[in-house]
Amino acid sequence: MPPPTADRDPAAKVAFVSGAAANAGGVSGLHARLLLFPAYKALVDLLHRLGITGRRVVIAIPYLWLLAFFLAPFLIVLKISFAEIVIAMPPYTPLITFMEDGWIAFHASIDNYLFLLEDRLYIDSYLSSLKIAAIATLLALLIGYPIAYAMMRAPKRWRFALLMMVILPFWTSFLIRVYAWIGILKKEGLLNLALLNLGVIDQPLTILNTDTAVYIGIVYSYLPFMVLPLYANLEKMDLSLLEAAADLGCRPIKAFWVVTVPLSLPGIIAGCFLVFIPAVGEFVIPDLLGGSETLMIGKTLWSEFFNNRDWPLSSAVAVLLLLVLVIPIVLFQRMQERNAQL
Amino acid sequence: MKHGLSWFNVGSLVLGFLFLYLPIALLIIYSFNESRLVTVWAGFSTKWYSAMLQNSSLLGAAWVTLKVAFTSSCFATVLGTIAGLIMSRFGAFSGRTLFSGMIYAPLVMPEVITGLSLLLMFVAIALDRGFVTVTIAHITFSMCYVAVVVQSRLVSFDRSIEEAAMDLGCPPARTFFQITLPIIAPAVIAGWLLSFTLSLDDLVIASFTTGPGATTLPIQIYSQVRLGVTPEINAACTVLVGLVAAAVLTASLVTRRQEIRREAEERMAAATA
Repeated sequence: MPPPTADRDPAAKVAFVSGAAANAGGVSGLHARLLLFPAYKALVDLLHRLGITGRRVVIAIPYLWLLAFFLAPFLIVLKISFAEIVIAMPPYTPLITFMEDGWIAFHASIDNYLFLLEDRLYIDSYLSSLKIAAIATLLALLIGYPIAYAMMRAPKRWRFALLMMVILPFWTSFLIRVYAWIGILKKEGLLNLALLNLGVIDQPLTILNTDTAVYIGIVYSYLPFMVLPLYANLEKMDLSLLEAAADLGCRPIKAFWVVTVPLSLPGIIAGCFLVFIPAVGEFVIPDLLGGSETLMIGKTLWSEFFNNRDWPLSSAVAVLLLLVLVIPIVLFQRMQERNAQL
Repeated sequence: MKHGLSWFNVGSLVLGFLFLYLPIALLIIYSFNESRLVTVWAGFSTKWYSAMLQNSSLLGAAWVTLKVAFTSSCFATVLGTIAGLIMSRFGAFSGRTLFSGMIYAPLVMPEVITGLSLLLMFVAIALDRGFVTVTIAHITFSMCYVAVVVQSRLVSFDRSIEEAAMDLGCPPARTFFQITLPIIAPAVIAGWLLSFTLSLDDLVIASFTTGPGATTLPIQIYSQVRLGVTPEINAACTVLVGLVAAAVLTASLVTRRQEIRREAEERMAAATA
């Protein structure tokens, strides 16, 4: 990027550009000059014969990082989910032990998974997470669609500001936004205060520490994830289609259902995935806003790990959660990949 | 059909933005409350801000968080920009499906899974938990966001400029630094900011991967929030919200101005060609 002064002073701009050129030329120029030396040329040739080209090196950098810090950790979770808990550091039994006489002992147990299927707590947590995430996703769609639609109908010069206003809360801390709701929803909180003063209710409502508070928290935190893909999709819509529908005698409300909604289906699906998948494994919202009877699997995993210190069992909980989510995640990824290559 | 807003449209915008902004606004207002009770207004006061500035554990955590966020967002921006470039410019290569899977999956992966798996791996390779492990964890999920932001910018820009440079004999690396990078710079900056705020914000993954001496601000805030809502936390949150909002607004205005200028330049170049 040119420094700010470069805009006003053409000479500075020329100097800056040629400076950058000399720099960039420096690296490839050095490479060209070094190629004259037999040793350097032999090294480059050898690397090429081994299949190590510049292109492959570039691919390898982020690829290896993700393999090491995203994929490998999952394999370790899978491995530990078949181990047993012991009081040691690390607190799980090894899967493979090298015996003194050269034998290798292999010790895997599916007890953790059997326990998860036996104890109602875990199955109920999975089912209740799916239910809460599904209802919250639907609510987010019902609230997000009118916002995205109105943004699309707004005059062009407003759209950037409206878009920024949707994105801005997403940049502010998630934890803080959830925390803000505690002061609003609690018994002596601002919502009850307002409703009591308006005379809508006589008794303060109990909202905090119930599932309702969790719904509010999820919808509030994930609303931008719903509005943005919807808006991106609706913005591309050809408004003359609605005109054509009106010319043919279709009423606006019917045209909305017959034309707009089907056309925005990709946006609806993307938004629902972006809300639903992370919401299933949500921890902060059920922990801060939900009650003791709010069961969500992210919370169960957290307490299994931090309170009970049962690493193998929490690994098994994570593996099963991933199995529950793998279908929506793969569908989401396919859709993203298709959009990326357009 | 007219291109305009109906009452229903205006209503949904107003209610939608009230819903998005009112909780944050109330949080900020009550950080200036004289009373310790969060819901009773007892007059304007900045005493919670001075209380916050004397809370050394809060300040220490803030410093750790800033260091982690700065380091991880720099690394994540470099790795993510390369990844975005690979996704949109490198065509087919063996292992591409796995690669794009590893880019998109972290975006929706529940944080408890990412956090747990990274922790178990750090234990398995006997890496002491602390600043380094939190930073590695943050680089890993942030770089995926950067990759997506950079990639969507690369998809939308005119490839013929890059092709022209290469046709004229410019090597690929130099083409990238002289042609591509300046054009996608707004997306790269946006990616850096996004990584920075994601790191600033993360509670779950940091809780799993941190160790003694590397308590981040969200972990500190969380442990105090569990004890109850206090105006001091409101004050800390207000400062954080204010900083992020100011940074994002400035960055978006700057990049928007640059984008408008660049579009004008591209149009001029096309007209003179």
